[in-house]
Amino acid sequence: MQVFTGVERPEGLSRWRAGGGRKWAAGLGRWGQALRSPLGATAATLLGLVLLLAILGPILWGDRADAIDTSSLSQGSSSAHWLGTDSLGRDIFYRVLVATRLSVALALLATAIGVATGVLLGAAPWLLGRRVGRFAVATINVAVAFPALLLVLFFAVIFGVGIRGAVLAVGLGMAPYYARVTSTLVAGVSGRDYIAAARIAGLGRMRILLRHILPNIGEPLIVNATLGAGGALLAFAGLSFLGLGVQAPSYDWGLLLNEGLNGIYVSPAGALAPGVTIVLAGLAFNLAGEVVAKKVGLRTANVRTASAYGPVPAAAVDEARPASDKDTAPVLAVEDLHVTVTGPAGPVTPVRGVSFTIGRGEAVGLVGESGSGKSLTALAVAQLIEAPGRVDARRLEFQGTDLLHTRGRAKGIGRLLGTSLGVVFQDPTTSLNPTMRIGRQLGEVVRRHLGKSRGEARARAVDRLRAARVPAPERRAHQYPHEFSGGMRQRAMIAMAMMGDPALIVADEPTTALDVTVQRQVLRLLEEIRAQKQVAVLLISHDITVVGQVCDRVMVMYAGRVVEDLPSSELRTEARHPYTRALLAAVPGMAADRDRPLTIIPGRPVDPAHFPPGCAFADRCPLADDHCRAAHPPLATDGAGRRVACWHAGEPLPVVTEDNVGVGEAS
Amino acid sequence: MSELRFDGVRVRFGTGRSGMVAVDGVDLVVPSGQVVGLVGESGSGKSTLARAAVGLAPVSDGRITLDGVALSHGGRGRSERPVQMVFQDPYSSLDPRMTIGDSVAEAIPRRALRGSAARRAEVVRLLDLVGLEAGRADAYPGQLSGGQRQRVALARALAGRPEVIIADEITSALDVSIQGTVLNLVRDLQRQLNLSMLFISHNLAVVRYVSDVIAVMYLGRIVEHGPAEDVLGSPRHPYTRDLLAAAPDADVDNLTRIESDPVLRAIADAEPADPHHPPAGCRYHPRCPVGPLVLPERSDCLTVEPGMDHPNHAACHYATEMLTARGLGDPRL
Amino acid sequence: MTTATATPGALRGVVESPWVGFVLRRLRRLLISLLVLVTAAFFMIHLIPGDPVRASLGATAPQELVEARREALGLNDPIWQQYVDYLRNLVTGDWGSSMTTDVDVSQIIADRLPATVEIAAYAFVLIMLVSVPVGVLMAALTRGGRGRRTELAFTSSSVVIAAIPDFLLAVGLVYVFGVSLGWVPVAGKSTVESYLLPVLALAIGPTAVLSRLVRVEMLTVLDADYIRTARAKRLPARWIYLRHALPNAVTTTLTVGGLLLGGLVAGTVLVENVLAWPGLGSTIVSSILSKDYPVVQGIVLVYGVGVLVINLVVDVALALLDPRSTIRES
Repeated sequence: MQVFTGVERPEGLSRWRAGGGRKWAAGLGRWGQALRSPLGATAATLLGLVLLLAILGPILWGDRADAIDTSSLSQGSSSAHWLGTDSLGRDIFYRVLVATRLSVALALLATAIGVATGVLLGAAPWLLGRRVGRFAVATINVAVAFPALLLVLFFAVIFGVGIRGAVLAVGLGMAPYYARVTSTLVAGVSGRDYIAAARIAGLGRMRILLRHILPNIGEPLIVNATLGAGGALLAFAGLSFLGLGVQAPSYDWGLLLNEGLNGIYVSPAGALAPGVTIVLAGLAFNLAGEVVAKKVGLRTANVRTASAYGPVPAAAVDEARPASDKDTAPVLAVEDLHVTVTGPAGPVTPVRGVSFTIGRGEAVGLVGESGSGKSLTALAVAQLIEAPGRVDARRLEFQGTDLLHTRGRAKGIGRLLGTSLGVVFQDPTTSLNPTMRIGRQLGEVVRRHLGKSRGEARARAVDRLRAARVPAPERRAHQYPHEFSGGMRQRAMIAMAMMGDPALIVADEPTTALDVTVQRQVLRLLEEIRAQKQVAVLLISHDITVVGQVCDRVMVMYAGRVVEDLPSSELRTEARHPYTRALLAAVPGMAADRDRPLTIIPGRPVDPAHFPPGCAFADRCPLADDHCRAAHPPLATDGAGRRVACWHAGEPLPVVTEDNVGVGEAS
Repeated sequence: MSELRFDGVRVRFGTGRSGMVAVDGVDLVVPSGQVVGLVGESGSGKSTLARAAVGLAPVSDGRITLDGVALSHGGRGRSERPVQMVFQDPYSSLDPRMTIGDSVAEAIPRRALRGSAARRAEVVRLLDLVGLEAGRADAYPGQLSGGQRQRVALARALAGRPEVIIADEITSALDVSIQGTVLNLVRDLQRQLNLSMLFISHNLAVVRYVSDVIAVMYLGRIVEHGPAEDVLGSPRHPYTRDLLAAAPDADVDNLTRIESDPVLRAIADAEPADPHHPPAGCRYHPRCPVGPLVLPERSDCLTVEPGMDHPNHAACHYATEMLTARGLGDPRL
Repeated sequence: MTTATATPGALRGVVESPWVGFVLRRLRRLLISLLVLVTAAFFMIHLIPGDPVRASLGATAPQELVEARREALGLNDPIWQQYVDYLRNLVTGDWGSSMTTDVDVSQIIADRLPATVEIAAYAFVLIMLVSVPVGVLMAALTRGGRGRRTELAFTSSSVVIAAIPDFLLAVGLVYVFGVSLGWVPVAGKSTVESYLLPVLALAIGPTAVLSRLVRVEMLTVLDADYIRTARAKRLPARWIYLRHALPNAVTTTLTVGGLLLGGLVAGTVLVENVLAWPGLGSTIVSSILSKDYPVVQGIVLVYGVGVLVINLVVDVALALLDPRSTIRES
């Protein structure tokens, strides 16, 4: 079944408009904000003008528009009659102005009828329950399949030619569309948990509709109604133009257009003027709807290009790892990496000065909470940050090739990354192209970069799927992603990362979307690949225990910086940063004492838009003193290659529970 | 005081060939004042069971009773809802257009408190109970963090004066550092108010921390249940053992123990079963490391569905003799 | 849950192929829609307040003539009898005859239909040929917040163009090409050039709408995770747009394209009247005005069936193009 959300609508005259209404979010401020944009101001001015004219037009010029001048019948434009006169010698200019009221009023009336009927019909499935509701939906579906103009003509026949008939026809002709919009919106909102919560709380369906559902679908409905008013205006003009709507001696723009078209050779202005006003008025409603739809609906529309991030400050203290492993060139070398992206209030830099290297066949884990910058670091390493995002670093080398100053444009770089760097993303459901067979998706890599034939690519894909332990790989290669289970999809992603001859696989939360038993399968697979093929792995996870299980080394990130880097075998015993130790303690293990409260980390993670001057963790740290809050601790390397950024590294921690810190996170 | 009881509960979605039995004949008791932890993978039916208890999923067979009285959800006759639920996603469980005070107030039964002053006082009391300042009542959900929203959701559940609370994956959308505070709160509230609670999670360690009784669900059925220490200490069902072995526990390095036996490895890599077409016999047999695919003599697993008359009420024919299976080096077995 | 539901559908054999269910469902919906359409067309006459024959013949017509005409139309039979007769006559091809000219309705339709189908088809081809490339190009130029000026120019011009209803476009085109430039005939169907105005009038608006939609849809698709995957494979940008993004944007494009085509059928009504194009559209309006109900009934049926057939074609095309659609429908 086709479902339209957002601001698509038929305009009565066979038009559908695609608005971007996707994420309807709360926030009344944006309505005001919408008016301040140039497009918004234009729309508001136009709409205000049309409404003002509708109110004042007949009062000011009503008499002049009806004045019959037998001395000047059907004349072209002149200084006395700007747009000429009609067959009775009446001034067309004033008639066009006066016609505004009837045109707009009828359009609004029809819209009101259409929207009210539509909302009632569309809310019926919710109010009447599943069985009756299904019938209502089926009715709507049949009605909406017919173009609105056809419905209008149908109703025009029934209700007869004239104003009353036309209003009812246009209104009812719009109704199925609004019913569809409403039922789609209601269905979207009614699946949310707060509706379920309201039902559990014992609220009636009507009450839930009024209190919870309508307020949350109000914005798109109003936008749709505004757009609909524009459509109704055009539909009405069309009906009157055909002679099915307003009848003389009353007149609206459509009728004036009809009269004007007959004399288009004598007085083109007489035909064009009502046409222009129809378009302008329709545009006023449409623009208003569009502007609001855009401001309310598409939050990403505000993204602006980041102002250039200045040169990397020399004061960034992070020390690069000492070049101890010169003999075995690292697969990946990162020095002083910064990533800048656009936030709601301008550019922010969630990754600020990350340095590390990964050796051949080494598995390195990158751990942190949401907002720590770990995923952006991974994307930056994989060269997947797109403008307006920005990647800066002192050094970013993969397999000895500088990635920074080529930005992946050179063909050689694309081929190097395409074949030697595999990427596995968090959600295998959305990360595979739903319209392409698995085998083709995998084969693409070698076809593009290694010039393999279709058959060779397919054979390679089947082979890689088998290596990723996908059962019956020949058959599976021929299937689409939706025919795979979640775990199988992630294996296909891993197989895709292995299509070339990877030296590094970047896995960004590869198991977060999976069940624990499946998670274990996927991690085991990664581990096998690493061991057999000497492929280095950069594993990003929020779960320090997962990383500890799989990786040789763990890097802990907090607020855009690496705060500790140590072998995972020493994680439990040798961790020196208070944050690392708190993370380990906060995960309830299978041996946690059930009679004692869990260790917690008070406070909240830092917002990347407001990093504090000193140590970012100071506010949540039991060891923090004034020095910590003032000066940011450098990432110091010890003799064994472990790194930690803390003024109090390794000092004993007081036990942190809610008893002695209060409920920090709550208030 | 209040005992929530599921008797042969069956929940079926859809009809005909596209239909699916999400919960198939579940018997489960949430004893008064105790926490029952329910674990299982996605598709096991654990959330559906929870939703059935609050009337959000249709019970096609069996009974759900509270202290012996069948729960009614449809009628408006009673304004008190003795079973309340807290949802997984704190971002969709609060109406973004309503202040959190209004959201909580709405859940207070109309008959219980009349007058807006009394209701406001009750909201303040409830917010205080979950560790939120009274001033927060005027905030919108968008102004709160995930952990704070989950506190609001708890307050709203408590507003209904419930006797049983169902917590469906309430910490899985939260960061680890926040998860602890919510779990501590849940435990405190449960002890303080002597609530009965059904606590659902895919995370065994979390369930272990809060639960007195643990039930394990697989493909719509409870496969093992009993006191937490029994189920976790001496698990009898191979699926429970599998879950335990996969539990995120930094103390045990699972991945170094890659099985060299190809049959065991194939089983370990098996795909999760499809709830639309549950396997015949024991539903776990295609993934069972001690089942008929490894030990051919155990053919009864292919045809006969095991009962619950085994230790820990484990639904496994070989619940008592599993220790003899080959190739299993897990120290817990 | 969806994952699990999807897998077995494909594993089962041809016997349980999702296609069988899809075709059956689709046929059932077509039949129901047809029945609704025919019933609505039948009741259209009976819902008209007063006596439709009297209204049609005028107040001065002698009572005997009205009675005779009522009898001939079967309006004096019980309503169910009329309904059954109507259905039977429809199937046998007897669609009645005009109340004003006595010509068979089926004859009128046969005369007028080709002209309408012609301009609608040409307009549709034009819309598709222009809007898809334009939409894809605009998406490529304006994604991720780049090319803000291009975006503003494109958005505002397409909004303005789309706000002009097709009959006004027709008037404007008549003025520019016919009256001012004198390039093409302003009315009627004659030479090849005479097609230009009606086809343009029909196509310009939907082209603006559809190219906007293609752009928005492409932008959404370009934001998807699997596009990031494609980029991680370092495929050339053109390849990503055409092979990965476009097929995923085509679902919505085609759905709305089908609706536009249905809308085009209706749009012809107005455009034909402006340009005196000898199609169904000019006929239905003159018939409504002269209260020639059998003709109106017949033409409404033809329009309705046309729209239903288009919907069917679109659905089948969608099912062929999008591997998920047959399953998603259930």
